[in-house]
Amino acid sequence: MARIGVFVCHCGENIASTVDCEKVAKIASSFPGVVYSVDYKYMCSDPGQNLIKEAIREHKLTGVVVAACSPRMHEPTFRKVSAEAGLNPYLTEMANLREHCSWVHFRDDTTTEKAAELVRVLVEKVKHNEALYPIKVPVTKTALVIGGGIGGIQAALDIANSGHKVIMVEKNPSIGGKMAQLSETFPTLDCSQCILTPRMVEVAQHTNITLYTYSEVESVDGFIGNFKVTIRQKAKSVDHKACTGCGLCIEKCPIKKIPDEFNAGLGTRAAIYVPFPQAVPNKPVIDREHCTYFLKGKCGLCKKVCPADAIHYEQQDELIKVDVGAIVVATGYDIKHSDFFPEYGYGKYPDVIDGLQFERLASASGPTLGVIKRPSDGKEPESIVFIACAGSRDPAKGIPYCSKICCMYTAKHAMLFKHKNHHGKATVFYMDIRAGGKMYDEFVRRAIEEDDVNYVRGRVSKIYERNGKLIVCGVDTLLNSRPVEIEADMVVLATAAIANSDAEELAQKLHISYDPYHFFSEAHPKLRPVETNTAGIMLAGACQAPKDIPDTVSQASGTAAKVVALFSQNELTREPLIAYVNNNTCVGCFLCQSVCPYFAIEKEEIRRRDGSLVKVVAKINPGLCQGCGTCVALCRSKSIDIHGYTNRQIYAEVSALYNRREYAGV
Amino acid sequence: MNKVGYFPGCSLSGTAKEYHLSLLEIAKIAGVDIIELEDWNCCGATAAHSLASTLAVALPARNLAIAEKMQLTDVLVPCAACYSRLAQAKYEMKINEKYKTLIPQLIEMDYNGTVTPLTVLDFIQKYLIDNLSDKFVNKINAKFACYYGCLLTRPEHLSTIERREDPQIMEEIIAKAQAKSIDWAYKVECCGAGLSMTRTDIVGKLSARILNDAQMRGADAVVVACPMCHSNLDMRRPEINQNLEFKTDIPILYITQVLGLALGINPKNLGLDKHFVSTQRLISKVEKITVEV
Repeated sequence: MARIGVFVCHCGENIASTVDCEKVAKIASSFPGVVYSVDYKYMCSDPGQNLIKEAIREHKLTGVVVAACSPRMHEPTFRKVSAEAGLNPYLTEMANLREHCSWVHFRDDTTTEKAAELVRVLVEKVKHNEALYPIKVPVTKTALVIGGGIGGIQAALDIANSGHKVIMVEKNPSIGGKMAQLSETFPTLDCSQCILTPRMVEVAQHTNITLYTYSEVESVDGFIGNFKVTIRQKAKSVDHKACTGCGLCIEKCPIKKIPDEFNAGLGTRAAIYVPFPQAVPNKPVIDREHCTYFLKGKCGLCKKVCPADAIHYEQQDELIKVDVGAIVVATGYDIKHSDFFPEYGYGKYPDVIDGLQFERLASASGPTLGVIKRPSDGKEPESIVFIACAGSRDPAKGIPYCSKICCMYTAKHAMLFKHKNHHGKATVFYMDIRAGGKMYDEFVRRAIEEDDVNYVRGRVSKIYERNGKLIVCGVDTLLNSRPVEIEADMVVLATAAIANSDAEELAQKLHISYDPYHFFSEAHPKLRPVETNTAGIMLAGACQAPKDIPDTVSQASGTAAKVVALFSQNELTREPLIAYVNNNTCVGCFLCQSVCPYFAIEKEEIRRRDGSLVKVVAKINPGLCQGCGTCVALCRSKSIDIHGYTNRQIYAEVSALYNRREYAGV
Repeated sequence: MNKVGYFPGCSLSGTAKEYHLSLLEIAKIAGVDIIELEDWNCCGATAAHSLASTLAVALPARNLAIAEKMQLTDVLVPCAACYSRLAQAKYEMKINEKYKTLIPQLIEMDYNGTVTPLTVLDFIQKYLIDNLSDKFVNKINAKFACYYGCLLTRPEHLSTIERREDPQIMEEIIAKAQAKSIDWAYKVECCGAGLSMTRTDIVGKLSARILNDAQMRGADAVVVACPMCHSNLDMRRPEINQNLEFKTDIPILYITQVLGLALGINPKNLGLDKHFVSTQRLISKVEKITVEV
């Protein structure tokens, strides 16, 4: 005989302001099988939890219904409470009175009545609950880090330093990411390369880190603790074991006019190249799209001059299979380029550049060795206009979000320019200054007050060229909204930060969700910011949302902590809410196998003791099944069910609603 | 033969007669049948939408309903201001549930939304340019400044033009007629528009900036696709010149007139004698393409 306890939570005012919780508890006490029913202000608090525990013990409850918030919020909490009181945790269910009732209705008798109905449905369900036990799966204690920028580097080093193996995959020939391209960093103006390159070297030399550069993730299968990943090692055409990195091949390569990605197109590189002098690994690859040998079958100069015989034209892409237990996605971001700003003449006027290009101009390792020169004629500009929010916060451009980093780097750019050119004129057009962060607002004030950067609050409507000058037309909204026109030698657009062009494809490979702008989605915006909804896959850095270096590094260390916590156990426990097959009735049609999105259904042969085959039936792989229920819906012999959501339980819930008048005595 | 509906509006039957004439001439050569809407009415202009929002939809919607009744799918609306009103009416009829029932009652006609209003630029691209490509017999030795103004490029939800802040469609059309155009800064700036009558001083100031830039960058003529732009830049020349350090006699041509010249049509038939600013010097730059045998 069922002995059910009902616990109605007020959730402070959240439920109690529209639902009469006391009355709900009273009504619930009249439901068949309910032996104890009570309401309390905060059921999730310590006294609330104790209330449940004591009731379980005292009334020898066989099932518990907590009528409170969403099970997404507190189901694990209350199941743990039951377990602590000696009741199997899966005999505890939650009725969602908050999201499903109090938040969406006004205070009314019918609202309370609906709340009681929700409780009754769960009471009927819990009568059919069975004790379940968590599934144990082994953990492969190796992490995969996708992306070798500062986020990936930080995560990899933190995981590796706690004694676990890390595999890092970077699509470019060198690690370092966007941070390697930056000149100085806000708010301290320390040199980006000086703080980054030692960490790049650390990654390369760490005994726990295996580095695959010029590589991409080809496919991902499996589940938390047991991912099977295929990495595509793109053909470098250079044997990095034999190569000494002498650079003779680069010197002799006749194709030298290729726009240099590292210098944001402001410099050129050869067809065989190392992205930048401090690259890790500091060994070249051949860009097959531009190499004469690959285009026309002639040349071969690099092979001739290589003293180590390291050039291998015949090298093919290689597929490497690895097993990992956790994945950190740290693929970073991109910025808007090209034709997106016809009004600013970006792409038309060479002296209208983006923020990353300015970084390269200001960088000591850049194409101008740190002297800010304009791209069109190499002259040092006397007047530069910086435009914050170029594309960002502009719904008409399809980018309503704030790119977050631009206010700060624009202040930095203006400052760097003023430091290098004391008599120069720097003007910043801005919408608002968003400088939340430690020492951030002080930094912007310093640009305005000490470095004499002219901040104009207003947007720029257009830029055109007249007599070799760029005319920037905008409005000063603080000066009686007057139109202003500023003559500039160069214009720097803080173009919107956007997701990588291949972000969507990667998200689909990983089975992680992403937002409308293709930034990857975290599991919870506040309380689970580094995990994805796919267990075992975490996010670090700007692939989740535009982010600066301190935020990226913090999040990366956060992912490392999550990975290390996962690796601290030899076995993982998984929720047992998965499908199971009734071998007696399964006819082996395998319709379920063809529809399973997780490839979790296998074939099992049932044999007699003498080895002769009886039949072939479906078998669920408990490691892979996510309990989605697609197979249950399709099974024509009704042989599949889901633990915790059996057909019988669902039927009990539906019948409870159907028969409500009878129970309510109306 | 291709059939296209035609909504001339008040300008093309009055002050912009030369736009009307040149349009019919080039359409004839391209073999496109231009069918004027029967019993068309005013588009509502600025007056209607400043005073009565329902009327501002009902008036243009009636014109679209007439085209529907005449079994036309495309309606050419050469005046950019009229185009804006017709396109806005079509847009409102699509999104506003109230209008879907109210407007047909008011205009006493069915409205199904099957008709698309076309700007002159879209019309040229869709119906004319391919049929004209082998018929350009003249070369115009001049550089044009293509001027779009506001209503071809704004508001965003009505404009069919790509790269709205730096459009190229007129330049592309001009290039197909073997003529050159310049890159300049004022192609989508305001000419003063409806202030033409009430605040001529502002029109003078705004239009002066446009012509100043065109002249400074070496344009021989400005090309427009809107009667309002034309009248401001052409008719208000004395006020414009008051705002300039020099006097400009740069002529303002409709894009249809430029195509007409390249097609070898008599300037008089294109209405080139109907402008305030003389077009003679430009006409003298037109020469026959001699084909070497």
